[in-house]
Amino acid sequence: MTLPDVLFYVFALLALGSGGLVVWNPFSRNPVYSALFLAVTILALSGLFVLLHAYFVAAVQVLVYAGAVMVLFLFVLMLLDLREEARRRLRWAGLLTGGAAAAGVTALLLGALWRARPGGELPAAEMEGTVRLLGRLLFTQYLLPLEIMGVLLLAAMVGVIVISKRDLP
Amino acid sequence: MDWKPGLEHYLTVSFLLFGLGLLGVVARRNLLVMYMSLELMLNAANLALVAFSRFRGEMHGQLLVFFVITVAAAEVAVGLALLVALYRQRRTAHVEDVSLLRL
Repeated sequence: MTLPDVLFYVFALLALGSGGLVVWNPFSRNPVYSALFLAVTILALSGLFVLLHAYFVAAVQVLVYAGAVMVLFLFVLMLLDLREEARRRLRWAGLLTGGAAAAGVTALLLGALWRARPGGELPAAEMEGTVRLLGRLLFTQYLLPLEIMGVLLLAAMVGVIVISKRDLP
Repeated sequence: MDWKPGLEHYLTVSFLLFGLGLLGVVARRNLLVMYMSLELMLNAANLALVAFSRFRGEMHGQLLVFFVITVAAAEVAVGLALLVALYRQRRTAHVEDVSLLRL
């Protein structure tokens, strides 16, 4: 096994382990720890993106997720009263049925993967000029979705400002 | 079992992460943790898209990842604003306390 193969397993285990700790932390139910483990998961995933030669996506992942989204999460976490969370009793029935449902969906997906066996051959040639190619595609073939994204972001921004005004209509 | 990571390995990681996110959305009752689990599911889909993009040798998957990241950022902003507004009105961030519309 070469170094990238080892790194794949390191990043995959890191992503899955900290992803599990986001959902279920046995030591503390404080959502701040969930947010921090979510940041670890996102960084591990960006490592996997680098291993997949998607360098620009990895950079955007770190900037947008680990930068903007995590800051937003932690900001809101600090606004709310969190001590109440630890006092809540668990509802085991909901936990069990939810776990069964999630395990069923995952088993379905993995079963489909096992039967299909995509067997991807690594393309020998590196994709040349990844960022340049991305930009060209984004501004030619995907121009309309890009503009729609801009309108969506504007609408989200206006919506957030209206919602979080103090005197909610 | 082939130990060299191929498309199946990346897809397996993606599916397991998706399952974890689904478990969080279904089982946890704190709205913030549910949002974080939602982010986990979106990230799992992103991983699958990038893996397909790499193993098919084309860029369209990565472009879709950009759009997914943009939508996720907008969704988080609106969702957290709603959460703050809810907390102002009700002093709670739990789905069980917000059952006014439940039959």
